[in-house]
Amino acid sequence: MATYYSEEHEWLTVEGDTATLGITKHAAEQLGEVVFVEQQEAGDEFEKDGEIGVIESVKAASELYAPVDGEIVEVNEALADNPGALNEDPEGEAWIYKIKIADASQLEDLMDEAGYKAFIG
Amino acid sequence: MTSPKRTPLYSLHVELGGKLVDFAGWEMPVQYPLGIMGEHKQCREKAALFDVSHMGQVILRGENVGEKLEALCPQAYATLKEGKARYGFFTNADGGIMDDLIVSNAGDHFFVVVNAALRHQDIPHMRAHLEGVEVTEIFERALVAVQGPKAEDVVGELCPAARDLKFMETTVADINGVECRISRLGYTGEDGYEISIPEDKAIEISKAFLAHEDCEPAGLGARDSLRLEAGLCLYGNDIDQSTSPIEASLGWAIQKRRKEEGGFPGADRVQKELAEGAARKLVGIKPDGRAPARQGVEVQCLEGNTIGQITSGSFGPTVGGPVAMGYVSKGHGEPGEKVNLIIRGKAQPAQIVALPFVTQNYKR
Repeated sequence: MATYYSEEHEWLTVEGDTATLGITKHAAEQLGEVVFVEQQEAGDEFEKDGEIGVIESVKAASELYAPVDGEIVEVNEALADNPGALNEDPEGEAWIYKIKIADASQLEDLMDEAGYKAFIG
Repeated sequence: MTSPKRTPLYSLHVELGGKLVDFAGWEMPVQYPLGIMGEHKQCREKAALFDVSHMGQVILRGENVGEKLEALCPQAYATLKEGKARYGFFTNADGGIMDDLIVSNAGDHFFVVVNAALRHQDIPHMRAHLEGVEVTEIFERALVAVQGPKAEDVVGELCPAARDLKFMETTVADINGVECRISRLGYTGEDGYEISIPEDKAIEISKAFLAHEDCEPAGLGARDSLRLEAGLCLYGNDIDQSTSPIEASLGWAIQKRRKEEGGFPGADRVQKELAEGAARKLVGIKPDGRAPARQGVEVQCLEGNTIGQITSGSFGPTVGGPVAMGYVSKGHGEPGEKVNLIIRGKAQPAQIVALPFVTQNYKR
């Protein structure tokens, strides 16, 4: 199990060819209080850098971009009723999707924790 | 690009942990550590302090200033009594709104507050058209708003005269030995004050308000969600050079005599729309779901035809869900009418509602 980070401030915890995906604590802090999460459905396929959801704070809407190619296998339904969980525990309880990774070699383009920490300064 | 300007309260914003953004050329706090939702609720339940020093404060001196203002605005400023303030707007020759403003009769002068982004337009406009009136833009005073049900306690403790003011009344009184202009009005839908303070005393007096246990600082984020829930227009979003006051549902702000007599820029259009109805009108729109409908979102009737557009939309913390305002064309816009909002390509159900979304708590 390894966790990767994208420049779009997502984390991806990989186990075999599946992974759990969410936004980082840093991203949640930048967004402010989340009031709405638009998620796609299980079975939806996506390409790296494609839009896979929208997170809205009081002030603005921010798109969620796919860090790799893949398919959504599970959606965290709890976020629909409690979008504020993304501020409380973005790297734990408030994961957004479980995905199936299509091309594991794309993980090489992502950062590890130390790399991400340096990236956000 | 010139670097953004700073208000006299800038160092206080930094000290309080304000998240600063560029707003209309000013470096302003969008929120403090409490966050937009917390600051919004603070204002609805207790009291919040806002720095609104970026707005333009203007003094008009001369003979019959109120009467002369009537040539630029559809409001009855000639009969505005001393100690009273009145909401209004400059109209253009086509009956559009150039800016909205608050005009106060301060006795030996008139005191006007205009939007930050339009200071550069409004001041030359007044200088060009108010003959024999000395137009002075004040740069050396801060403007601080204290808003909320506890605002009277917060301000009244330091300034007993503030308690005696009613909604839309203004006076001059000492706060901590400093002469300030205190007006009982605001932009949140709550009771409260806007206080014009000499710049070198602005931080000291703001801190004295914040020392009250019921008062916390709030930023522009909460100011926007508060005014939206209160159904108050934001210039540049809900009203602009193309929207008439009647379209903007601001007919209440034009006094009877002015409606009948006209005599202001664009009076032909305003009077025609009063008689025949406007082609579109600004209404409240409440999405059924949780997705906020932002500015620019298309409004459709249930048959699928476009009937208008959202001009302001966000999450309303007091309402506990998304709230919006927008224009819909004639024949639409009755409260209760069901519409669809096209958000990211998908139709989301919503309903036309009467404004405001929350009860206004003014002290009349």
